[in-house]
Amino acid sequence: MAKKTTNKSNEKGWEYAPSLESTGHIELKESYDLFIDGKWVKPSSGKYFETINPANEKVLAKVAHANEEDVDRAVKAARKAYDTVWSKMAPSERAKYIFRIARLMQERARELAVIETLDAGKSIRESRDIDVPLACNHFFYYAGWADKLDYAFPTRKVESLGVAGQIIPWNFPLLMAAWKIAPALAAGNTVVLKPAETTPLTALKLAEIIELSGLPAGVVNIVTGFGDTGAAIVAHPDVDKVAFTGSTAVGKHIQRAIAGTDKKVTLELGGKSANIIFEDAPIDQAVEGIVNGIFFNQGHVCCAGSRLFVQESVAELVVRKLKQRMDSLYVGDPLDKNTDIGAINSKEQLEVINKYIKIGIEEGAEMYQPSCEIPSKGYFCKPTLFSNVAQSNLIAQEEIFGPVLTIQTFRTVDEVIQKANNSPFGLAAGVWTDKGSRIFNLTTKLRAGVVWANTYNKFDPASPFGGYKESGFGREGGLHGLRAYVKLK
Amino acid sequence: MGSTIPTVNFDWISFSTECVSLTEFGFFYGMSKPKPSPQFLSIPASPSIDKVGVEERCARFQTRSIKNDAKMQGLKMVLNMIDLTTLEGKDTPGKVRQMCYKAQHLHDSYPGLPTVAAVCVYPSMVGIARKELKDSIVKIASVSTAFPSGQAPMSVKLEDTRFAVSEGADEIDMVISRGKFLAGEHNFVFDEIAAIKEACGKARLKVILETGELSTLDNVRRASDIAIHAGADFIKTSTGKIQPAATMQVTYTMLMAIRDHYDRTGIMIGMKPAGGISTSKLALHNLVMVKEVLGEKWLSNEWFRFGASSLANDVLMQIMKTETGLYQSPEYFSMD
Amino acid sequence: MTRLQVLKTYKLFIGGQFPRTESGRYYALHGKDGIAIANVCLSSRKDARNAVVAARKAFGSWSERSAFNRGQIVYRIAEMLEGRRSQFIEELQLMGLTAANAAKEVDASVDRIVYYAGWCDKYQQILSAVNPVASSHFNFSVAEATGVVGIIAPEESPLLGLVSLLIPAIAGGNTVVVIASEKYPLSAVTLAEVIHSSDVPGGVVNILTGTADELVPPLASHLDVNAMTSSGLSADIARAMQVQAADNVKRVVRYSAMDWSKPSTQGLSMIEDLQEIKTTWHPIENIGGATSSY
Repeated sequence: MAKKTTNKSNEKGWEYAPSLESTGHIELKESYDLFIDGKWVKPSSGKYFETINPANEKVLAKVAHANEEDVDRAVKAARKAYDTVWSKMAPSERAKYIFRIARLMQERARELAVIETLDAGKSIRESRDIDVPLACNHFFYYAGWADKLDYAFPTRKVESLGVAGQIIPWNFPLLMAAWKIAPALAAGNTVVLKPAETTPLTALKLAEIIELSGLPAGVVNIVTGFGDTGAAIVAHPDVDKVAFTGSTAVGKHIQRAIAGTDKKVTLELGGKSANIIFEDAPIDQAVEGIVNGIFFNQGHVCCAGSRLFVQESVAELVVRKLKQRMDSLYVGDPLDKNTDIGAINSKEQLEVINKYIKIGIEEGAEMYQPSCEIPSKGYFCKPTLFSNVAQSNLIAQEEIFGPVLTIQTFRTVDEVIQKANNSPFGLAAGVWTDKGSRIFNLTTKLRAGVVWANTYNKFDPASPFGGYKESGFGREGGLHGLRAYVKLK
Repeated sequence: MGSTIPTVNFDWISFSTECVSLTEFGFFYGMSKPKPSPQFLSIPASPSIDKVGVEERCARFQTRSIKNDAKMQGLKMVLNMIDLTTLEGKDTPGKVRQMCYKAQHLHDSYPGLPTVAAVCVYPSMVGIARKELKDSIVKIASVSTAFPSGQAPMSVKLEDTRFAVSEGADEIDMVISRGKFLAGEHNFVFDEIAAIKEACGKARLKVILETGELSTLDNVRRASDIAIHAGADFIKTSTGKIQPAATMQVTYTMLMAIRDHYDRTGIMIGMKPAGGISTSKLALHNLVMVKEVLGEKWLSNEWFRFGASSLANDVLMQIMKTETGLYQSPEYFSMD
Repeated sequence: MTRLQVLKTYKLFIGGQFPRTESGRYYALHGKDGIAIANVCLSSRKDARNAVVAARKAFGSWSERSAFNRGQIVYRIAEMLEGRRSQFIEELQLMGLTAANAAKEVDASVDRIVYYAGWCDKYQQILSAVNPVASSHFNFSVAEATGVVGIIAPEESPLLGLVSLLIPAIAGGNTVVVIASEKYPLSAVTLAEVIHSSDVPGGVVNILTGTADELVPPLASHLDVNAMTSSGLSADIARAMQVQAADNVKRVVRYSAMDWSKPSTQGLSMIEDLQEIKTTWHPIENIGGATSSY
């Protein structure tokens, strides 16, 4: 009898080859001016700053730095557009402009996704599958509200507010621009928007799209710059409404700055959200939810499930499965379609994250990071898990805004509710259990604006988002998101 | 009704009635059912499954982009994992002989291709296949236990199995009694698998759950756990006669059962999705799933198989396209 | 010989009890003819702190109480107030209102409480939504009470103004600490007695008398107060309040001074202003229809 040979074809391992999204089709200018009154204008100071790709530290473009004078021009343009055009336009026409913007964004989705990934460092998988489609959908959703405001607030007379000054963060640059601009326009306001200094490019591309859409001049103005630019918007006497998404510290600063004025304000601030796993949870899906909760967008998510609570009886199992799952995550070039965790948005943020990792180690928590390689150039951070964490540890209390998870265990329902609520923040929470009545107990008692039950980090234009307590006030998204941009008589 | 619930092994997750049907313990309530064996009772409770979460996870596997060398390597792996299958009432020795030849010579005009892993036939055709394959590296798998319905007495199923093994089958693909499973008689299912395993002797046992009839992923998971604990060497999704067959969600659920068993015991169990995987792309996504859930140890035909008839040619077309840069036509590849 | 009248001591209302101010201070209240009518507690920061502790303690069970039950309790306040109608009219007159205006003020207050009693189990339905998200999830938003609310009662409209801010706050499940009108504190204290006898659990409503200058800062800067509401506050105090409120991102609701007797000053938005919107997500199996399967 002839000897049988082995029948195997994988003697070596199977690694995915790099699969880079092409950057060939995108158009980026060398430098960008301010978009004011429908025109691209130079900053009055003549100053520009560089925006870089955090994955390789290369300069992508130069961007204008708007000062008080530029902000004043933008607010004046917005006021004029409000008084003469936008507030007088038939709401159904307003709707059509917003629909048109949505469609133009959809047509250029691929370009927007690539630029978002270049400028922000987020993986192309996320900018392509999440950020950009959600941003388009947000415009599409709010467009339809423009001529239906009377249905949104029955028996009440609905009026727009006027000029909205909007300041957005760097974690979801285009999506946050959409969250701000779409409802403001639908409700009949005009806009001055400032993107974050590290991620201005997609907002500027959006300005190009808005220009292309034929939206009347001055209805949307985009001014780029730093904190001083934002402060000028907040302080401008002719701004009727301030909408801010960002850190709690800056949110408090804004609240103080507008004290004594009649400006309306909505704040979407930080969080330290609890993600709670009960022993009867669908464990494997819960592990996936933990991963989505904290490693989505490198953990640069205000509602990140950064405090994991696991019932003691399954803690060992969950941690083991979580580590296995973390081992299968790819950290690396954000343009690679197989990358799960891209680059940290900026050097400063990487320093903040590393500072907290150091604190965690000093506090005696047990750290785990997978053995994956990370690129030598650019700002990268391995997914990080801290177990044996106490509620009193700094890493369990303060927002880290990075891919760093803390794990605490609990024994009873009441205990975990108390621990989850034991925080100045109240943005979001996750609950994983197979028991319906327990879900409703928790979703009622958790003091948080969004509760994900048996899921985490889901977003939709129709779904209101926003926090309790120091996580801010006002809602964005859905019917409730309109409320922030109208006055009711 | 008493509220006493028998203590199962609280090995790693607390007991949940969602996972273990109470009717399994019917004997507690004075019903005359066979008493479950201690082995059956030692199966850990199965975790509950959230289907939407599983769908999201599977969508994530499908975003993996397999290009260049990784693709070529993956495609060859797929070919090498195929159980080339014919399971029809109209099967003849002629048809089986042709398939056996193809199993060893997938596309001779392109040298260096692997063979498939096995051919899969009815018991009556095992002898023919053995004659054709002689001592080829291609294995012979035979379905048994009154495939595909499994609706036959135990004695017939055992005889069916012994016959296939005696005719030269290296592997036995049995079906579970889905009716009994859905009726809550999980211990019956367990005992039956254990008996067939014994009848297999040296042949490796693949246990077909026929997931398309099990209705929920929770059932798929429980059936997987039962099969694994009853002695399955492989668990397999489907007969190919029922839709839906090997969806990624089902395969993922079964892979997680294998993973948990491995983590608990260090014992590897094989996986065979069968039915419905007819394109290279879907096959590669399955490999991605195996790699990320179980690890590269499972990426060989010793531990992973595709039950398919038309997949091989699609993979061949992809390989030739990658080699030549030209899109291919089925007319250039032999059907049998 | 005429009988000597028994004078009432006006005290604070904290945690369902009527303590004097811990500071031992008081201010004398004079009627329009300059005659002293009462000594009123001049509450301190510590009284404010105690009131917040009581309000926080009461919050959990009050906000989780069934909406129907809250409605019954609020309605009970109206019943008790109606029963003490003449006492309130007298007190308002003492503080300088005409008999006709005093009667109007009390009647309008009773009616306003009845109005909000009816809202207790209805605003949720108006403010809630089921949101049609694109993924396989059931998604709904509900209104929940903001928490502990500091209320600075309007200086004018001693009873109706207070009722107009206080009642929608508790109807919506919040617990409150009220700073009564400095000028017209008597009806606030008597209202506390009404509330006390109306099945309102201790701590849900806490009422302090004293000066806004002294009491607004400890409330506005208190990290366990979630919101501040006021009406017709002076620009300086309002500004300071907003600055302090930022310490814990309080919701600050400022109503301009208004004629509270107008029906347009009552409405759903008075409840809505002290509500949070919570959105819940849960997966749905087989959203494609009953026949779809994996």
